[in-house]
Amino acid sequence: MGYFNFVVANLFRKALRTTLTFFSLFVAFILFVILGSVSVIFNSDIELEGGANRIQTSAKYSIIDNLPEKYVLEIQALPGVRLVTHATWFGGYYQDERNMIPVFPVDPTTYFEVLSEVKITDEVLARFTETRRSMVAPVSMAEQYNWSVGDLVPIGAQIYPMQDGRRTWEFEFAGTYDAGNDFSAVLINYFYFDEAREFGRGSIGWMIVEVEDAEMVPDIATQIDSMYENSSDPTRSAPEAEAFRQFMNQYGDIGLIMTGILSAVFFTILLLTANTMSQSFRERISELAVLKTVGFSDTKVAICVLFEAVLLCLIPAILSILCAIPIGEGVKVAVSSMPFAFPFELQESTLFGAAGIALVLGLIVGLVPAFTAKRLSIVDALRT
Amino acid sequence: MNDTVENGSIVSLMDVSKQYVRGRERINVLDGIDLNIQAGEFVAFMGPSGSGKTTLLNLIAGIDQPTSGTITVAGRDIQQMSSKSLARFRSEHIGFVFQFYNLLPFLTAQKNVELPLLLTNLSGSQRKKNAATALQTVDLADRARHKPGELSGGQQQRVAIARAIVSDPQILVCDEPTGDLDRENATEILELLDALHREFSKTVIMVTHDPLAAERAERILTLNKGQFAGA
Repeated sequence: MGYFNFVVANLFRKALRTTLTFFSLFVAFILFVILGSVSVIFNSDIELEGGANRIQTSAKYSIIDNLPEKYVLEIQALPGVRLVTHATWFGGYYQDERNMIPVFPVDPTTYFEVLSEVKITDEVLARFTETRRSMVAPVSMAEQYNWSVGDLVPIGAQIYPMQDGRRTWEFEFAGTYDAGNDFSAVLINYFYFDEAREFGRGSIGWMIVEVEDAEMVPDIATQIDSMYENSSDPTRSAPEAEAFRQFMNQYGDIGLIMTGILSAVFFTILLLTANTMSQSFRERISELAVLKTVGFSDTKVAICVLFEAVLLCLIPAILSILCAIPIGEGVKVAVSSMPFAFPFELQESTLFGAAGIALVLGLIVGLVPAFTAKRLSIVDALRT
Repeated sequence: MNDTVENGSIVSLMDVSKQYVRGRERINVLDGIDLNIQAGEFVAFMGPSGSGKTTLLNLIAGIDQPTSGTITVAGRDIQQMSSKSLARFRSEHIGFVFQFYNLLPFLTAQKNVELPLLLTNLSGSQRKKNAATALQTVDLADRARHKPGELSGGQQQRVAIARAIVSDPQILVCDEPTGDLDRENATEILELLDALHREFSKTVIMVTHDPLAAERAERILTLNKGQFAGA
């Protein structure tokens, strides 16, 4: 038995209490790592792959309002604009209304050209373009739902029924595309959708405007909004990353909410752990006196107590970091298939942060018992 | 280092007093104690409750400090030592046996005995070996893996004695080692202490209320109101 084993044995003297404390801390650190990662994403400067020279234009007052389709051609005609594509919010679900999946009607001929980071093979694109009633999906979603090329996939519509009133659309699965991890939606052919929908014909959700030079982005964005300022459908244009941030902010101040939740969690955990430590300390005052009697110096006894408190916090933190990695992957998949997806990625800073917080937490909760242990009088303690 | 003072004593107290302050009251627990204990001697302190026996024992063991006077143990003036040196001194020279054993309940007998050896430079395997030898000496080798809760009172006290002797200290300080035991177990413990004294030349200083226990000692000193009777 070395010092380490001795401290670990002390830690588990009340196995149930220690296990429950471990579990509380484990859950808290999992929350910290996952919510902390979300918070970092929402607070950081969003960089979208390939988006530096793109503008997103949507309805001025709300993203749920549509814009006239004719805007596409009008904007396309502006000097400095290379290509305009568009998408519309369909509001779809697969098999069960609770199983919502993002479905965007898009122009197949321009969409993949403007969003060059979204990769699609020529073969799949040709099928998608030629078969008007077709759809493409990201690889992960196709694997999740076991879709094969040629399958007829029923997609429920929450917003747009078909002309005959049916709310279930059927699309032929044309293949998959690869959008990395940031984007996950079923894409359908806008022109088929526009013809077949019961209402809203000739309208689109938003446009993505690719300009020739990234430096022209602010000017062209201003120009677009000026064009429609006095129309019945005014626009709001912004660099794509900024538009994405504005969209994300519709959720609320996520960063602040996350920080608030985490602060509350850790304050509670601090009290809980401090209580566990002080309870454990009070139970063994006479044992600490015995250690001193057999020759442990005041400092050695204090270090043992402090080390125990640090281990009490560090062990669950390390376990939570190890478990957060697969959990984070699960969250990433879950989030990417949500209707309002955002690019979730487990942040290294929160992993290191969790270890750092565990260390500080351990030192805080261990400091008073360690100091008391150091000052403990053997004779007084043996009387207790 | 010479572990005894000039007159051959391993423990020497000169005019030692100890006072406690309780509220506004000053209580004289020990009053001008002079005492010499020879190396290898077996001494018993007797006396009524509150007579200062345990306080005297604690002072000799270096876990308490006198209000005045000089205490020399194994050739060292223990009042002049820092808290750290005193802790080291205890680990090398003093083995302490408590009335209520004071074993750590979450450690096995083997690990309880090994505890003082954590303070040495011995390797893990050597520590284990020494602990096993100490347990063998108290005839508890077969209970090495048992935790204190799984042992009888007598067995727990034997583990405590093994812990006290594992560092091979010269002095064994025993505070009513049989106070919590029945007669049969008490006799076994006293025989063990006697054997350690005779066969390993340990200096045994024991506090007891039990005249039969005190009979084992070579010298019985009776304390009354902080002074030796007849002093």
